[in-house]
Amino acid sequence: MIERELAYKFLREMVLLRRFEERTAQAYQQGKIGGFCHLYIGQEAVAVGAINALRDSDYVLSAYRDHGHALAKGMSAREVMAELFGKVTGCSKGKGGSMHLFSKEKKFLGGNGIVGAQIPIATGVGWAIKYRKRDDVVLCFFGEGAINQGAFHESLNLASIWRLPVIYICENNRFGMGTPVERASSIYDLSQKAYAYDMARSHVDGMDVIEVYNTVNEAVARARGRSLPTLIEARTYRYRGHSMSDPIHGHYRTKEDVEEQKKHDPILNLKNYLIQNHLWDESDYQKIEDEVKNIVTDALQFSDSSPEPDDSELFTDIYTGEYYGRTHG
Amino acid sequence: MAEKGRGEVVTYIEAITIGLREEMERDERVWLLGEDIGVYGGAFKVTKGFIDKFGEKRVLDTPLSESAIVGVAIGSALNGMIPVAEMQFADFISSGFNQIVNQAAKMHYRYGAPVPMVIRAPTGGGVHGGPFHSQNPEMWFVKTPGLKVVEPSTPYDAYGLIKAAIRDPNPVIYFEHKYLYRRIKEKLPEEEYIVEIGKADVKREGTDITVVTYGSMVHFSLEAADILSKEGVEVEIVDLRTLLPIDKETILKSVRKTGKLCIVHEDTLTAGMGGEIAAIVAEYAFDALDAPIKRVAALDTPVPYAPALEAFFSPDTKKILVALRELAAF
Ligand SMILES: Cc1ncc(C[n+]2csc(CCOP(=O)(O)OP(=O)(O)O)c2C)c(N)n1
Repeated sequence: MIERELAYKFLREMVLLRRFEERTAQAYQQGKIGGFCHLYIGQEAVAVGAINALRDSDYVLSAYRDHGHALAKGMSAREVMAELFGKVTGCSKGKGGSMHLFSKEKKFLGGNGIVGAQIPIATGVGWAIKYRKRDDVVLCFFGEGAINQGAFHESLNLASIWRLPVIYICENNRFGMGTPVERASSIYDLSQKAYAYDMARSHVDGMDVIEVYNTVNEAVARARGRSLPTLIEARTYRYRGHSMSDPIHGHYRTKEDVEEQKKHDPILNLKNYLIQNHLWDESDYQKIEDEVKNIVTDALQFSDSSPEPDDSELFTDIYTGEYYGRTHG
Repeated sequence: MAEKGRGEVVTYIEAITIGLREEMERDERVWLLGEDIGVYGGAFKVTKGFIDKFGEKRVLDTPLSESAIVGVAIGSALNGMIPVAEMQFADFISSGFNQIVNQAAKMHYRYGAPVPMVIRAPTGGGVHGGPFHSQNPEMWFVKTPGLKVVEPSTPYDAYGLIKAAIRDPNPVIYFEHKYLYRRIKEKLPEEEYIVEIGKADVKREGTDITVVTYGSMVHFSLEAADILSKEGVEVEIVDLRTLLPIDKETILKSVRKTGKLCIVHEDTLTAGMGGEIAAIVAEYAFDALDAPIKRVAALDTPVPYAPALEAFFSPDTKKILVALRELAAF
């Protein structure tokens, strides 16, 4: 059993991720956010459970569905929302948007719009940790679609032969865009891919934040203590469409499927756990909701009132050092 | 919803769909593969309904494996099939790079057998997609002998070029511009036709300045030309349509007529198509030039997400006008 304080921390963080994105969806519909925007709603227990097993000095890498990981790693709602708004106060000065959240300070090495591209990079971060004799670890998140990229297999093999402190977390939300995992993968239990690389593996219910936390804790111990990698499959579900431009259901899944899955909601699951263990306190929960509401409202106001990046920002950050190119059309 | 076809007013994206469908009806060797192209109908819905019409044997949903998608296409082409592979966005083509530039491009050179295959790639910006969903990667392939590269700007050309690409015995990269997908419409002819690969098209005749362009920039250039026409300057717009092989003849003919050249593309400036066209004109029509060659292109940076910055980064009618007015005054 986990302590009450930790359970409420999980609750607060999952509620923050959920409410943050509900308001993100509204802002998108109002045209304040543009481009491609992928929501994490339904999957909160994975980011929150896993990242809580880390120390602040550990690293996290994610894919394009990255709002949740960024917030769970401690990035502020303001800098994330402002990035979605394309404002200069965003974590990437509005130049990256939804899929390119980064924070050096929080050791969040970003979202990534190219499926699977973060997996080798995470592996390299792990290699440097080992070379420099640090005892940090790396958590690398990706969807189940990404395991069909060569980059996944090349990386896991390296992590195994070089014994790197990297934890690979496959968030199996059942669909890569409109393609169910059963139609894209040769095996159903994806954690079995670890066998090919003689790597430790686990399989968790990604709707159960405590189970995720406990499992990642074990993997972290293995990585920190013995510099060994792990592949974890977290079975979860995405409630929304693939991106804000896609329908919630359609040819690939029905409305009923989605409603059925929502019964296993991660926030609801934690609530039930707390009730069963006589730890539930409605007023504490309300406090969390109120506090989160304030944080998200503040982030929206902050983003609304922030300035757009100046034209001169186009030429910054491209190189370490000076920009060579011409600065007019 | 009834299927649209020839003789109707169609969007750019519908024209691609019609061309693909007709080629699949015409030739059973034509098959499609790509991510979410079947049950989901494609990220942009180019192949909506195809899986029902042509079956799962000819319309294959693949895992997220660009390298294997291209490689499998090559293998099938070597064995008598005509694959049309979809890259969900042109940006992701990088994950299949080896199979395109080393394998597809050099297979005939090494093995001597034709490699009839098409890779479709939705390209370009203007949709606030940010650094990985907005790029124009055509020059990665224009540099690669053995490939052909096309990019239509109108529904007419989109239809004619997809058919030509499928019938070509070589690997063809077919860039389709996301910004144009649903923004432009025109009536397709009743009769079937193809648009020959390697042939540019004069989209507007003029006597004073030549603009060489392609893709979305054709439309911005046409708009600029209309504005200048009211000022008494007649601009000729050459739409390349095919980037490799380059239609030197049409370009040189136009420059010999006008004496002035501006190249416009949405891709970034350095080592863009503009440099190649400028070199060709300097090499073969230097004597015809009455002014320095101008280039209007995106700046040499990644594509920024923030809409205001993206606008500053990208070429547009205003920027084209500035360049053309300078040329007119020269
Ligand atoms: C290399 C590459 N190919 C294709 C895409 C387009 N794409 C973006 S997300 C996605 C589905 C990914 O599914 P999964 O990895 O399971 O993540 P999820 O969306 O479920 O979080 C696809 C096909 C891409 N971004 N990058």
